[in-house]
Amino acid sequence: MTNALFDAPGPKARVRHGVYSVVAVLAVAAVLAFVGYRLDVTGQLDGNVWNWLQYPRIRQDLLAALGATLRAFAAGAVLALLFGAVFAAGRLSDHAVVRGVATFVVELFRAIPLLILIFFFYYGLPAAHVEMSPFTAVVAGLTLYNGSVLAEVFRAGILALPRGQGEAAYALGMRKTQTTRFVLLPQALRSMLPTIISQLVVLLKDTALGFLITYNELLYYARYLGAQPVLHRPLIPVTIVVAAMYIALNLLLSLLATYLERRNRRSSKHIGPPAVGLITVPSELG
Amino acid sequence: MNVLTANSGVFVDGFVTTLQLFGLAAVGSLLLGTLLGVLRVSPVPVCRAIGTGYVTVFRNTPLTLVFFFFVFAYPLLDIVAISYFTAAVVALTVYTSAFVCEVVRSGINTVPAGQAEACRALGLSFGQLVTAVVLPQAMRAVLPPLVSTLIALLKNTTIAAGFSVAEAGAVRSILSERGENQLVVLAWVALGFVIIVLLLTLLQRLLEKHWSVAR
Repeated sequence: MTNALFDAPGPKARVRHGVYSVVAVLAVAAVLAFVGYRLDVTGQLDGNVWNWLQYPRIRQDLLAALGATLRAFAAGAVLALLFGAVFAAGRLSDHAVVRGVATFVVELFRAIPLLILIFFFYYGLPAAHVEMSPFTAVVAGLTLYNGSVLAEVFRAGILALPRGQGEAAYALGMRKTQTTRFVLLPQALRSMLPTIISQLVVLLKDTALGFLITYNELLYYARYLGAQPVLHRPLIPVTIVVAAMYIALNLLLSLLATYLERRNRRSSKHIGPPAVGLITVPSELG
Repeated sequence: MNVLTANSGVFVDGFVTTLQLFGLAAVGSLLLGTLLGVLRVSPVPVCRAIGTGYVTVFRNTPLTLVFFFFVFAYPLLDIVAISYFTAAVVALTVYTSAFVCEVVRSGINTVPAGQAEACRALGLSFGQLVTAVVLPQAMRAVLPPLVSTLIALLKNTTIAAGFSVAEAGAVRSILSERGENQLVVLAWVALGFVIIVLLLTLLQRLLEKHWSVAR
């Protein structure tokens, strides 16, 4: 890993690293202090902009907004996993037509920006006399985009298994479905799980796009609350609280992914290369 | 087709703005991301912690929230007034850097240990070792995922449309005022993105062929 990049520091290097450390800490502290100072000067730390936290009603509404975010996440996650499974099976099919259609769909939805997809459902479809609620539009967009990415993850996971696994199953007289269900999937799922969960983090983050089509989720509520004159327009405090909520949720999911990855690496049952290393990188960006 | 030809100016302006956003944010995030990637492997623990902290925070924050902060919250701090376009570039750069950092770091890990050991035996400092030997090889190794990150960045620029930047994602709202069929408008915008993504994918293949390291 990285330890090959430098030697264990000797006495001189330790002193130098000490100096660098102090400089780095001071630089970060200076930035934070400056932000804190600006917050203070512009009155964002005054008690009255933080008062809103004390209203039980607002707390309930904030939780309800969080609930809306989680609802979109849950629906999107389940549907995207289904979509991914179906289209991964399509891409691995023996029939060229099925494979072609599945490849086209997956590649198409991966290339279109998610926001454009969501706009398509929310603003575009009414032109074809199909009205969608913001919730449905967000979930539909999340499903198509993340489902396509997940389809690639599933496919890559199955293809990453040693060929011998499938060949042995065929040699035993299993059909293709049996081979996939009993031999390939159980092993592939194990190594794919961290990647799948990373993709769910992306999905959770992308629910925030609902804000742009007036879906009543966390960010939308933050905007509404932050503009209330009665509460002294607490936009910055609300943003801080909402950001903390998003980061906490995503961090929990990310930690789960890291834990599973570590467990995989330790496990002796793990077969083949650890999932689809390179695919995780771009897809995580959302 | 009528929608496209009658409003070609709007479409062209939109995609030009998108490409400007993309170009500036790509350069910015490649620079910042590489710097962060180096920080994450540096011998100084505090620097590593800074890099890790940055990546952890921004990888777990929705890009929309980063935009939200720079467009709505930042002006309240009264530091330096920035335009919507600048805010969008900053938000995209700050967010994408975290991902570029991870790609660069994984690239540094692919460089064989012998390379770094040889450098140390020659007496190169950490800075020389990274800039002259490790990074050039690391960057070539991670070219495909790096381009994929940039493709994701391109798609993410559409979020700027929700924050008052008249780029390709905003073509819809401009043309809806002219009474155009939004379904058709959005289909054309989607096609535009598919074409640009295809071009970038071709570039990816090309660069990969030319630059990939044989190991």
